[in-house]
Amino acid sequence: MSAVPIADSRGAPGTAYDVEAIRRDFPILATKVYGKPLVYLDNAASAQKPQQVIDAEREVYERCYANIHRGVHWLSVHATDAYDAAREKARRFVNARETGEIIFVRGTTEAVNLVAQTYGRAHVGAGDEVLITGLEHHSNIVPWQLLCEEKGARLTVAPIDDAGAVDPAALERLLTPRTKLVSVAHLSNALGTVLPIRRIAEIAHARGVPVFVDGAQAAPRMPVDVQEIDCDFYAFSSHKVYGPTGVGVLYGKAALLDAMPPYQGGGDMIRSVTFEKTTFNALPYKFEAGTPNIAGGIAFGAALDYVTAIGLDRVAAHEHDLLAYATGQLEAIDGLRIVGTAREKAGVLSFVLDGVHPHDIGTVLDREGVAIRTGHHCAQPVMDRYGLPATARASFGLYNTRAEVDALAAAIRKVIGMFR
Amino acid sequence: MSDLRDLYQEVILDHSKRPRNFHAMAAANRRAEGYNPLCGDRETVYLELEGDVLRDVSFQGAGCAISTASASMMTESVKGKTRAEADALFARFHELITGKGEPQAGPELGKLAVFSGVREYPVRVKCATLPWHTLKAALQGEAEPVSTEAEGPPAESGGA
Repeated sequence: MSAVPIADSRGAPGTAYDVEAIRRDFPILATKVYGKPLVYLDNAASAQKPQQVIDAEREVYERCYANIHRGVHWLSVHATDAYDAAREKARRFVNARETGEIIFVRGTTEAVNLVAQTYGRAHVGAGDEVLITGLEHHSNIVPWQLLCEEKGARLTVAPIDDAGAVDPAALERLLTPRTKLVSVAHLSNALGTVLPIRRIAEIAHARGVPVFVDGAQAAPRMPVDVQEIDCDFYAFSSHKVYGPTGVGVLYGKAALLDAMPPYQGGGDMIRSVTFEKTTFNALPYKFEAGTPNIAGGIAFGAALDYVTAIGLDRVAAHEHDLLAYATGQLEAIDGLRIVGTAREKAGVLSFVLDGVHPHDIGTVLDREGVAIRTGHHCAQPVMDRYGLPATARASFGLYNTRAEVDALAAAIRKVIGMFR
Repeated sequence: MSDLRDLYQEVILDHSKRPRNFHAMAAANRRAEGYNPLCGDRETVYLELEGDVLRDVSFQGAGCAISTASASMMTESVKGKTRAEADALFARFHELITGKGEPQAGPELGKLAVFSGVREYPVRVKCATLPWHTLKAALQGEAEPVSTEAEGPPAESGGA
């Protein structure tokens, strides 16, 4: 694979964060919507793709596409190398100890289901408990509910406070001798709350309970070090880290993964098959049945190269600045209320307007070229917690600017002018 | 490109801010709940059915401007009509907001013609039809809340 170099000062340490140079890497940002410049503030739903990622995926099909881990021929060997290289990039991205701990999946949702159906089914029995928090995305609720229903186990929920924060002490009180797993988001998609996952892991481990972290929103927004967090599982999706859809990572500690039964049966996950008995492949392949998303996986590697070259710490600082600026701008709007005011927040700003339904806000903003999300954000329990049917949500990416926040604020004022 | 004012016409804004027949109904002998998961809209439609005639119609709930105005204007439009007339009106209304080509309101739609702008906003069709589906459920005496899921593009049920 020919790597597309990331030019100029974008990633150089000590230089200013050159957001205009970054924006030029994303062709879609030049789009006009209803004749107005696109202001894309729906990054928590999915992020746009830089040219480097688009090129990487195209180049796989143009230059080195074949099935992987199968062929002796030149193309297969090269495709396998490129795919394995992506796995190594993912390992480095979260600082896993070895590539065997990096399972490629379709996305965060599949990662949760994989753990629920393997580790969960093996360890959660009748009367046991799985502990989550009140701000989880549906994908970190439903797989556990299915498991609990099947096993006669119970889903317990650590509360969120009025600001949208989770108090680790409140979570600790819900840990019982029956708790078999704790599963928490790193960063709330609905409110932007950053959870103290290191502390949560510490608390759970003190009781011998493993911890799964849903990192879908955190992975694009802050440096992640699974060894430092000391979580047992960590999952994230390529499409939110500026890579293609249909790829994601499940990190798991090797000892846990080794002891887990396989997820799906099929090719690549086996060592030998007879009609009497099958022996399973080594990690990570044991959990990767069937032909994977080869080109997507390789392009995912290019996306990780891209964000790593800029630096997640710099992305985090940039988005922190945007969030602080946007919070100030939006708070100044009469009748606007920000939902989710935890001290530790990142990248996501949920709000409601007096007398205007979020869906109407979304439609008017759209006509101004401003793309936001409205609705329950697949976190209905969070909406219920605040007694809201829905919120409007702006979420930032590494390419967003203060001028775009100004466009958001101006569009919101237009909504008010229209509905009041 | 259509202007936002084609969607949010003055009449619609007026009905969304000051919905008519917006109350529970003690004399109701039919009732149904509607839910639109995309907006989070929930509406209850109350109906006093006398033989074949919709003697009185009211609604309650919380929704976006389009669904609230649609419910408000629906209650005004169907009051005193027969079931068959109400069904026919919904069919014409549905055609107005989902149809292709030039919208043809026709005189029988009356004030409901202001919803013609909705056709330019496919994701909002469900908002406008929610009260009508709910009324239909009330007429049929369905106990389960109706959802607008069969209508238009898939509503929010996944994603982030």
